[in-house]
Amino acid sequence: MIARIRILLKPGILDPQGKAIANSLADLGFTGVESVRQGKIIEVNLDQSDPVAARQSIEDMCEKLLANPVMEEYQIEIDLSQKYQKISKETMSKKNK
Amino acid sequence: MKAGVVVFPGSNCDRDSAVALHRVTGVQPVMLWHQETTIPPLDLIVIPGGFSHGDYLRAGAMAARSPVMREVTGRARAGTPILGICNGFQILTECGLLPGALIRNNSLRFICADIFLKVTADKNPFTTAYSLGDVISLPIAHQEGHYVASESMIALLEDEGRIALRYCDPDGAISSHSNPNGSRRNIAGILNQERTILGMMPHPERAVDPLLGGTDGQTLFAHLATVLA
Repeated sequence: MIARIRILLKPGILDPQGKAIANSLADLGFTGVESVRQGKIIEVNLDQSDPVAARQSIEDMCEKLLANPVMEEYQIEIDLSQKYQKISKETMSKKNK
Repeated sequence: MKAGVVVFPGSNCDRDSAVALHRVTGVQPVMLWHQETTIPPLDLIVIPGGFSHGDYLRAGAMAARSPVMREVTGRARAGTPILGICNGFQILTECGLLPGALIRNNSLRFICADIFLKVTADKNPFTTAYSLGDVISLPIAHQEGHYVASESMIALLEDEGRIALRYCDPDGAISSHSNPNGSRRNIAGILNQERTILGMMPHPERAVDPLLGGTDGQTLFAHLATVLA
């Protein structure tokens, strides 16, 4: 399955990138943009069929590496519609060419 | 004094730190590759600046979880002094040896400049040779130097006198004008509770030779050699 982790700076932590994007949107004439926050999405291609176990393991990954709980918050989405794909070394090298 | 400098893929101040240590103290540090699982007995460990692992994910995130850092963390908890400079400071917050985090500068720009700092902590092996209130000049070179922590943590750092260095103007005034990156309370460097670990964004190792623009970093290294001899 694919696990998707959405990471954003915690509310209250100034997000200078989001602010710059908001300013740029205002320059383009978009009105009504109250604020913008920018974060990141990480997709983990996980060899696991049990969604509960998958979530637990992804949460552990978030706490230990993927997010920094001092400044970031995260949300995990387990996407069962996408199957785990084993990527062979050959496929990888073809992709890189 | 036996000193070690940790080297990660993407470190770029490891040699500068080693040269500064050697030139100021006469001590030739050992270089510690990030995959080392054992390190020799040391009186000081320097975590240098640079872009460990390309700053991927978050500055210092991957370096903080590398094998050598398990050893460094063990030594740190046993009281070995640790100096983290720039990316080294980011790594120390990422591995939890220092509180808070370093996020993108307010300006979003990479800032490379000589700035002024006020020394605001003593009773530690790093800044005690300066006098409290001294204004020194060191270079900064970073894009993620904006120090953040919870208000309660900042208050604790203040109360315990653990804010070692603050950005100031040439006269020592600490204001938003003298804050290059948006750091809370102009914080440029902090100590752990035991005052054995200093994380700082400015580069003392780049200020040990008049040819390179300044010598205010010498005091820090010289004092380390004296107290850790």
